[in-house]
Amino acid sequence: MPIWFDEREYAVVRAAVDRLIPPFEDHPGAVACGATDYVDGLLGAFLVDPPRVFAGGPFSGRHGGDAGFARFTPLTKHQELAWRTRIEGSLGIPEREFNGPVVGLQERYRAGIAALGADFGDLDGNEQDHRLAAAPGFKTLLYEHACEGTYGAPEYGGNRDARAWAAIRFPGDIQPRGYTDEEVSGRD
Amino acid sequence: MTTDCDAVIVGTGPAGSTVADVLTAAGWSVIMLEKGANRLLALEPPFQGLGDITNDEVKFVRRWFLGPDPFLEPRTYRRAETDGERLLTGEVNNLPSTVGGGGFHADGKLPRFREVDFHARSELGPIDGADIVDWPLDYDEMEPYYAAAENLIGVAGDHTGNPFASWRSNPYPMPPGPDMFCAIVTGEAAVGRGLHPYRAPTGANSVEYDGRPACNNCGFCAYFGCPIEAKGDPIAPLRNALRTGRCEIRPESYVVSVEVDGSGKVARGVRYLDVDGVEHEVRARHVVLGAGAFETPRLLLRSGIGNSSDNVGRYLMYHFQTYTLGLFPFRLHAYRGRAVTHLHDDFLVPDADALAAARSAGLPYFRGGIVEHGGAGFPLLEAVHTGPGVHHSRTMLHSPMRDHMGAFTIQGEDLPQRSNRIDLDPKIQDVWGSAAGRVTYEPHRHEIAASRHWAPILESVMKDAGATHAFSVTSPPLAGEPGADTPFMAPVSRHIMGTTRMGPDPRTSVCDPWQHLHDVDNVLVADSSVFPTSTGYGPTLTIVALALRAARALAGLPPLRSQRPAQPAGGVGPPPQPAPD
Repeated sequence: MPIWFDEREYAVVRAAVDRLIPPFEDHPGAVACGATDYVDGLLGAFLVDPPRVFAGGPFSGRHGGDAGFARFTPLTKHQELAWRTRIEGSLGIPEREFNGPVVGLQERYRAGIAALGADFGDLDGNEQDHRLAAAPGFKTLLYEHACEGTYGAPEYGGNRDARAWAAIRFPGDIQPRGYTDEEVSGRD
Repeated sequence: MTTDCDAVIVGTGPAGSTVADVLTAAGWSVIMLEKGANRLLALEPPFQGLGDITNDEVKFVRRWFLGPDPFLEPRTYRRAETDGERLLTGEVNNLPSTVGGGGFHADGKLPRFREVDFHARSELGPIDGADIVDWPLDYDEMEPYYAAAENLIGVAGDHTGNPFASWRSNPYPMPPGPDMFCAIVTGEAAVGRGLHPYRAPTGANSVEYDGRPACNNCGFCAYFGCPIEAKGDPIAPLRNALRTGRCEIRPESYVVSVEVDGSGKVARGVRYLDVDGVEHEVRARHVVLGAGAFETPRLLLRSGIGNSSDNVGRYLMYHFQTYTLGLFPFRLHAYRGRAVTHLHDDFLVPDADALAAARSAGLPYFRGGIVEHGGAGFPLLEAVHTGPGVHHSRTMLHSPMRDHMGAFTIQGEDLPQRSNRIDLDPKIQDVWGSAAGRVTYEPHRHEIAASRHWAPILESVMKDAGATHAFSVTSPPLAGEPGADTPFMAPVSRHIMGTTRMGPDPRTSVCDPWQHLHDVDNVLVADSSVFPTSTGYGPTLTIVALALRAARALAGLPPLRSQRPAQPAGGVGPPPQPAPD
């Protein structure tokens, strides 16, 4: 269940990230990794407390230690100002507009989804590529988020079960295990 | 005058933390003001880590966990005044805005400078269009402070490995850590081309040291921070200072100005804003600025002090970075280990070919810098640069730009030019309402000529090492080359130097040879702002060594001394210097 998108918006974003990072051989692709949920979690970061902006620590539990990444870190006052402004936009609030108005990610997604069209998921690949190319700013934004949601830590909602890391042969976070001297110096 | 402390220190990075350590050990009370938040260590005994430092690329690289967040603290950039007010706004050379400062995220390569670096003007001579000057001190005076800095931070290294190294009074306090596979491969090829790679002196423990564990090779060094405290900079000096009970650290405290008395020649303290925007004043006998070579001149400019020579912010230097990238048919797994484990210094000592290339470029000589033998970055960086579509997923599986990529980085010497500067942007502000810092910077043709000479040599080394393709790019990108007119136009170097250069003459320098402002004697600049030249070595160990020297003098402690050995300690002895012309 998405926390910020409605079902229709979620479907458009899902189809778009699938086109940007598709499955290929052992690569599961952005959708199977949960990149759509990553974006949904970012746009709805302030719907939970503490906000889902910075995963905690010091370890994830994947290589020993406890699952500290899952306990998100409370934001400082300035971090909250920055991330609320980045996500919600400045909305005419003076303390967010010291260098002028800021268009937030939520608004950019609403506009971008509208530009791709409600029927985006039903189009063939070529037509999807045309629609994405006609919205270059949104395509770049969505692509960067698709990357974060595919290859970032799973605690942010994407990279489900660390599947992308397994596919690209990257162990991800490795503390407190680390690597042995032989693993550092030897040929694989 | 009643005071709140003996010294107020602005900034908690390598410079400020070193000064705090020395002064508190000498019995002084200090208050440290840091604009960023505290993620490093508890400020109450036993000052343990906070658990915020993690192997998390989203948090540290994509979301600016350590700051500066470019929304809160934007910086601006232009190449020259003819570009107008600015070409870009956002991230420019951002060092962490957090307790620990630039030491927090550095990967801890801690080389010393060489003897010639302190008198390049006298030994190598001037170059048109640059203001090369000698430092007001020499290597022999610096040597005991280098040794003390290595012991304070905890540096692992091999004192016999680098034939270009200047003399030293002691071995490193720890042996080197394990060699990274990629550096073994490129190092062997470099030897085959007559170069002299050696194990990089690194501020990461190879054995337990100072109560902190050995590094376990997790690989998340640069841009992150050490989750297990195996990296001594800057946690070691900060914890030392806190343990005296005479050091108070106030995070999220933004210094607005240095305050001077009616004469304008004596500082009485600083004004700062706390996290709620409430203004406070700290009165102190001495003011120490360790905010880094970007923020220190910015603070002086907005305070209106120290600038009778009109040199505050000028002579801004980076390292001109040349990256030679090689694509290998086998995996290099450079994500394991200390980011970089080998360096070579050959390009700091130009040979006959380099001198000939310099002369054909109309220069009497040029110098490059240390060459780091490393690999590529982490998957998110690779992914963003791979681009979307079916080729994305295919490319990421094969990983040409990460797991198969070797990388040399030349930290090329950047000559001091008066027109390269930091000043106050006329329009853009930070979240506290102060004018943003603005960079105006173009490289000198010296840097470009040196890069063009040595990049093809490194490409040959890459191919000898087994790379099927090798190519080079620079930061900043040169006019007409990819990236030149994009958001990547600003130098990405985090080595920032020279904006309040020190020297004996108040007409041509901002700080005196003991790093006090010529104009306001009880203000000490402790960071790389005072560097007269950039050399081609990472600046951090020299920042710490200079801060030790200046802080000991401030506290009235006797200077450290060391004895130059009769015979050079290093392997084959120092090679000859090039003739100036």
